[in-house]
Amino acid sequence: MSELLIPFEYDYMLRAMGISALVGAVAGLLSCYVVLKGWSLMGDALSHAIVPGVVLAWLGGIPFAVGAFASGLLAALAMAGLRGRTPIREDAVIGVVFTGFFGLGLFLLSLFPSNVRLQTIIFGNVLGIADADIIQMAIIAGVVALVLAIRGRDLMLSLFDPVQLVAAGGSPGRMRVLLLMLLAATAVAGLQAVGAVLVIGMLVTPGATAYLLADRFGRMAAIATVIGTTTGLAGAYASYFLDGSTGGSIVALQAAIFVVVLVFAPKHGIRATRRATAAAVAEGAA
Amino acid sequence: MHGLAPTGGTSLAVEGISVAYPNGHLALRDASFSLEPGTICGLVGINGSGKSTLFKAIMGLVRPARGQVRIGGQPVQAALKRNLVAYVPQAEEVDWSFPVGVRDVVMMGRYGHMNILRIPRAADHKAVDAALDRVGMSNLAERQIGELSGGQRKRVFLARALAQGGQLLLLDEPFTGVDVTTEEAIIDLLKALRLEGKIILVSTHNLGSVPTFCDQVVLVNRTVLAAGPTERIFTGENLLRAFGGALRQHSLPEAPRAHGPLEAGHVVVLSDDERPLVMAPDGRVLGRLTQDL
Repeated sequence: MSELLIPFEYDYMLRAMGISALVGAVAGLLSCYVVLKGWSLMGDALSHAIVPGVVLAWLGGIPFAVGAFASGLLAALAMAGLRGRTPIREDAVIGVVFTGFFGLGLFLLSLFPSNVRLQTIIFGNVLGIADADIIQMAIIAGVVALVLAIRGRDLMLSLFDPVQLVAAGGSPGRMRVLLLMLLAATAVAGLQAVGAVLVIGMLVTPGATAYLLADRFGRMAAIATVIGTTTGLAGAYASYFLDGSTGGSIVALQAAIFVVVLVFAPKHGIRATRRATAAAVAEGAA
Repeated sequence: MHGLAPTGGTSLAVEGISVAYPNGHLALRDASFSLEPGTICGLVGINGSGKSTLFKAIMGLVRPARGQVRIGGQPVQAALKRNLVAYVPQAEEVDWSFPVGVRDVVMMGRYGHMNILRIPRAADHKAVDAALDRVGMSNLAERQIGELSGGQRKRVFLARALAQGGQLLLLDEPFTGVDVTTEEAIIDLLKALRLEGKIILVSTHNLGSVPTFCDQVVLVNRTVLAAGPTERIFTGENLLRAFGGALRQHSLPEAPRAHGPLEAGHVVVLSDDERPLVMAPDGRVLGRLTQDL
């Protein structure tokens, strides 16, 4: 029993679990908007596109979050600029831009093979995280949570019915930019926890899971936040014993929960919909 | 006009607007019409005639290259800030699996009245309750919107427009996929709103019902072909101009083709939809068919 408490005796483990839970919570909350907007691919693109910015920030001696955020926004601008100006479909535009950025990032990284801190941005290493980075992540997570607390309802309305937002005197275009910036910021915060490759998992899976469990946005947001928090904490905790990747265990845990919910969700699960179909057929036959 | 307009004091003026899309398509050219408070106006035209572009211009979603829209004498943006324009979307444009309940949707009509945090106050809850009650949806307020029937779905969004308290209501194809009972209930509601001095602009394919509740008609085909009182504008000749070949025309009984746009000497049935319109030989509207030919 006492063996299970060992991770709580180490400072670095407490910090790792704390920051993973915080980032998990914010990413989980944001994932609801990502899922309802249909921006999973966009989130994936942004989280990969921030990699070159991290390397360049390190070279220039500025905080990695600043470089990553700038790089993500540049990619988003490139995607928005190309859309509509070429006959190429949007998914191809996103694919080209984000692999281009990611490829450039990997190339830049390969120029500095000995820099451990840079290497961790691909796969994350929350156990070895520096204090300065924890502070950066906590600030970003706090700002994202605050913005969602203030503008979340308008953002939700822009996803459900953008014209009604216009009728209420708001601007769907501004909400689109806001969601893009929140996405880039959260991807930056998740970078050190789970790495650029897996951060999209935290930005999609909790929302997708909660969507199957809730018929109201408030409940969906609460469920996704709880999933993000607990899996962040549990994933970091488990990685102590498994001696494996924290990011991998967090995202794999989220995927496992998703599969269970997908099958067993009371109303929108596979079993429930199958039962409802059978009942409807039986009723029709009777 | 400064300050708050008195109830029923808001007019709509579309003044010579032309709208072109970035792909070079000119959707509307020099379109003009105006409506006074206390009017139900049918916006009639085929798909692609510019009906929805006209709606978008009135909502400020597209900026006219020429001309302007004035609502209560103000530019559109100012009218939107004052919550004067309410809108009821087409059923196909709504994501019915979105995690929102009936009450949540109606509350969206109050967002423009709330502060930046959008936290509803007592007045907002009261307006939502009253709106739900008025469309007879109070008992379904806690349902998720996907669990509603076609008619109920329509009424939720009508309630949202009511809760918003706009002076100008835009309804996009409100009768599509709706049973006759609901259609009549919606029309009764619109007539009551007209008495309250609101302007109700209804885009519709449903030619048969237009004369039964619209006192004004705007015929659209890439511009405003004709606009004015229904009995003057909603004639067979004008409808043929607006619809061209897109209208099915049945004559009763079969007769040789005479001069003029309509077949002379016989009752004519015009239909673009499931509710055909019956016209006298002189183009006068007799009524509508309740059964298929």
